[in-house]
Amino acid sequence: MAVTSIRGKALAFAGLAATAALALSACSSDGSDAGSESDSVSVGISQFVQAPPLDAAVAGFKQAFADAGYVEGETVEFTEQNANGEVPTATTIAQTFAGDDLDLVLAVATPSAQAAMQNITDVPVLFTAVTDPVAADIVESNEAPGSNVTGTSDMSPVAEQIALVTEIDPGAKKLGIVYSSGEVNSEVQVELAREAAAAEGMEVVEQTVTNAGELKQATEALGDVDAIYTPSDNLVVSGLGSIISVAEERGILVIGSDAQHVEGGAAATLGIDYEQLGYQTGEMAVRVLEGADPATMAVETQGEFEMTVNPAAAERFGFELPQEMLDRAANVIE
Amino acid sequence: MIGALELGLLYGVMALGVYLTFRVLNFPDLTVDGSLTTGAAVAAALITAGQNPLVATLAGTGAGVVAGVITGLLHTKGKIDGLLAGILTMIALWSINLRIMGKANTPLLREETLMSPLRDAGWIGKTWIAVLIFAVLVFALKLVVDWFLSTDLGLAIQATGNNEQMIRSFGVNTDGTKILTLAISNGLVALAGALVAQYQGFADISMGIGVILIGLASVILGQAVLGQRTLFMASLAVIVGSILYRLIIFFALSVGLNPNDMRAITAILVVLALLLPRWGFLKKIPSLRDRGNRRPKDPEPDAVASATTGVTVPAAER
Repeated sequence: MAVTSIRGKALAFAGLAATAALALSACSSDGSDAGSESDSVSVGISQFVQAPPLDAAVAGFKQAFADAGYVEGETVEFTEQNANGEVPTATTIAQTFAGDDLDLVLAVATPSAQAAMQNITDVPVLFTAVTDPVAADIVESNEAPGSNVTGTSDMSPVAEQIALVTEIDPGAKKLGIVYSSGEVNSEVQVELAREAAAAEGMEVVEQTVTNAGELKQATEALGDVDAIYTPSDNLVVSGLGSIISVAEERGILVIGSDAQHVEGGAAATLGIDYEQLGYQTGEMAVRVLEGADPATMAVETQGEFEMTVNPAAAERFGFELPQEMLDRAANVIE
Repeated sequence: MIGALELGLLYGVMALGVYLTFRVLNFPDLTVDGSLTTGAAVAAALITAGQNPLVATLAGTGAGVVAGVITGLLHTKGKIDGLLAGILTMIALWSINLRIMGKANTPLLREETLMSPLRDAGWIGKTWIAVLIFAVLVFALKLVVDWFLSTDLGLAIQATGNNEQMIRSFGVNTDGTKILTLAISNGLVALAGALVAQYQGFADISMGIGVILIGLASVILGQAVLGQRTLFMASLAVIVGSILYRLIIFFALSVGLNPNDMRAITAILVVLALLLPRWGFLKKIPSLRDRGNRRPKDPEPDAVASATTGVTVPAAER
């Protein structure tokens, strides 16, 4: 390769590039034509990574538009981009959106929201699935965001969730938590969980992981714990199965922090429904499109938390859910 | 599009670092996945602590130099395989980076950074001014690297990459040249990390993941387009490759390709960049086919290095 001439390579590559460019321009013009035919609103969706809660939030967001009378493809166009977990790509997506003629942008998860906040200044930006938007510098304060950016936080009612542990297993003394050392949202929740567990008279044992493959081992390394709390952490969610399987083997109760965890095999949660959270964000977006000012729209959290239980899963851990809890449950996973 | 150019130029600094180890020293250094974040983390931590952004950026670069030295020491003095030495430092850096930042994500969105003046002026992402400024800075850095590689020490480094035994027999301390190259390389990578963090508005623990692949892709793409006949062209190609890489990502996103396919697409493009020029060219010019056949399995015999050092390494010895 070192001995071939520069011109030969340049020609070959230019040919490749030209072909690619033609193909690309053909595709992209198709896309823009569809958008400009009607006077519909165009919404860009920048999602950080593919994960069940984030996907659910986007689905809820779109549903809110549908319920507000928008018809996808006619009066609203969604342009969806996914950074595949890569931070520079999240920036590129935000910049692309800044250059496109969009009416509103939805940023899903913290890095995408930060990238959108940095690069998009003249179009309203709504975020969702951001645990602590103030700590992430996305808004000035939750009450008055102060710029074109507002949205919903997925902060869980951690204390109430930890209380479920003692409700199911009054004798629980040791609470295990496995979380990703790479996610700020998890740290925030774990800090809250420590306080809540102390209030319930429980000791907390922690393990951190850097990828989903380490979850099984980390769960085993928790040792002799009575219960495991799973924070809403992207790695934990994607590798929940390995936590559940260890817990089933050892008879450890697993309490989740959102409904997806319970669907995935945790015993119960009182928490965020990401689809609902996305829906709430969609409602905010509709209000913004109708003229509301994001700068003065407070960051919303989910007002009411829903109890989701999975009695069969609880049984596999060797526990029975109290009747009182089953009565409160809004969703029962069969 | 402009944003992709800006990002490409900033990552070009990282690609220069990868070029030094991968092409010049012939050392596959995986430290960069950690040291990019180290540069970002140190810069971000100092900036949020109220330190001058320029000082913070330089400190981030220095932290990368230290990371490179550690990999170098593990490899040369500890006799640990180069690939493993890099992996070890990279893994350790994850924890160290978390310690530096204190958390997984440090926002710089409302801080005074090196990018603030450009951003306040409305130059970033919208105008060509930031692209021009970055281009000048990165080009200047490239010239410094070129100059360094042409000094006696730089020539010794190139020779170390070409034929370690031979240059050692000439009395060069190859442990020293390796450590130095790793230090400079990771310093450049960390500098890129510090700049990118300020550009994107936050440092994130995961920002370095897979960066080595981006670096290698940039080096290979760029050199497929521009070649590497001279030192000047080889290092310029690396920066061009970094920009090309970002443009490819940008176009793939604009076309709406499935994000899950992105990595495969990147891999295919790099493979094409490696293969197409050779195949297409060799078919047209038979006289070169012989030379191609003689050393078909060696895509990176450093013609640059041998040309500039004047050290000719017979193919049989490699």
